Amino acid sequence: MSQDLTTTAESIAQTIAAFVSKRVGADVPADKDLFESGLVSSLFAMELVVHLEQAFSVQILGDDLKRDNFRSVQAMTALVLRLNGAE
Amino acid sequence: MAEQPSIVKCLVWDLDNTLWQGTLLEDGEVKLPDSVRELITELDSRGILQSVASKNDHDQAWQQLEALGVAEYLILPRIGWGPKSDSVREIADELNFALDTIAFVDDQPSERAEVEFHLPQVRCYDAERLPEFAALPEFSPATVTVDSRRRRQMYQAGFLRKAAEAEFQGPSDDFLRSLELEMRIGRATEDELSRVEELTLRTSQMNATGVHYSISDLRGLLVDPRHEVLVTTLTDRFGPHGAVGLQLLERHAAVWNLKLLATSCRVVSFGAGSALLGWLGDQAAHAGVHLVADFRRTERNRMMEIAYRLAGFTDEPCDCRAGLTAPAQEDIQRLHLLPTPCDPPPTMKLHTVSLQSA
Repeated sequence: MSQDLTTTAESIAQTIAAFVSKRVGADVPADKDLFESGLVSSLFAMELVVHLEQAFSVQILGDDLKRDNFRSVQAMTALVLRLNGAE
Repeated sequence: MAEQPSIVKCLVWDLDNTLWQGTLLEDGEVKLPDSVRELITELDSRGILQSVASKNDHDQAWQQLEALGVAEYLILPRIGWGPKSDSVREIADELNFALDTIAFVDDQPSERAEVEFHLPQVRCYDAERLPEFAALPEFSPATVTVDSRRRRQMYQAGFLRKAAEAEFQGPSDDFLRSLELEMRIGRATEDELSRVEELTLRTSQMNATGVHYSISDLRGLLVDPRHEVLVTTLTDRFGPHGAVGLQLLERHAAVWNLKLLATSCRVVSFGAGSALLGWLGDQAAHAGVHLVADFRRTERNRMMEIAYRLAGFTDEPCDCRAGLTAPAQEDIQRLHLLPTPCDPPPTMKLHTVSLQSA
């Protein structure tokens, strides 16, 4: 069970990292602060919201749309896991 | 009962014995009547686009149009030997216009018949009717806005921009930087009001409340010292995008209430909405006030909510909310921001008014 969860988290993180890396043209460590490092603009953040919703069939609503949830690959992974688990 | 004909958005001209007098390849020399020159500039100023579908040698005909000084008014010209119905259809497709908004004028009955046969929605006119054009209702839009007078230039800039984007390799932020975007935010002028009203009507995807403000509502707010009606225009190295954003702000002592934010869908991909919110947050931080933004979810304005939330707006309670006047509609939510100073985005240059001084 916990094995499954780890695998899921890893594959989610990989998918997200691949999307971000492709867009910024560099490898992105999972804990890197994307806003602070200037890698992600507000515009790209909007794209991330739409991408996560489509790639993982989740809906990100209300206060879940706060910036902190998109700050790093790690944070986005946690968000997707939580939204998936809530179903 | 005859219905009011819908407005023509693009007029497609034949050249020989229609736009000019004479047959270029036979006579070698052609004449542009003053009345036609006047008609071209008049339609242009009304925001009606104009194009060409002509059977001619392309280079020679285009040189002639340049020599006559009218080439700049004609976009997406189709000069060649193919059927004119193909040319007209390509022009409509490229502009993303419905065929029933296109008009075609030609002196040759056979050419008009060919277009009518394949594209029955296109309105075809005999060149003999050109003297009446300026007075025809389908060529007379009810309102002519600041932007309709510049519409052709905005389309021309759009074509160049599209070509540049297709050629560009690399991260999209670098592309945005290469556009040399300049955003101006200023208090609305009387002249801009019709365009501002249009923005509240047309921007369904990027309108935070879906509330429509009429010209007279807006005119009243322009002179109200508590309200700010702010218009955003955007230009880049290819030319103007025109008015792309509207902010309606009501000031209170401790809080500014953003009652409406509407931006044109055309500029979402340039990050215009986020840039506006960032600027407003910065202004509020310097004025020492909180910001409260009205938002009403519609079927189409999700991107607007995302922009607000990513900019830091939340549902959190705050004492400042008590000082606000009642919202324009019952189902409006109010999102709160504790503003902090914010640098403009690296992808555009801002020229703005200061809201401190009012």
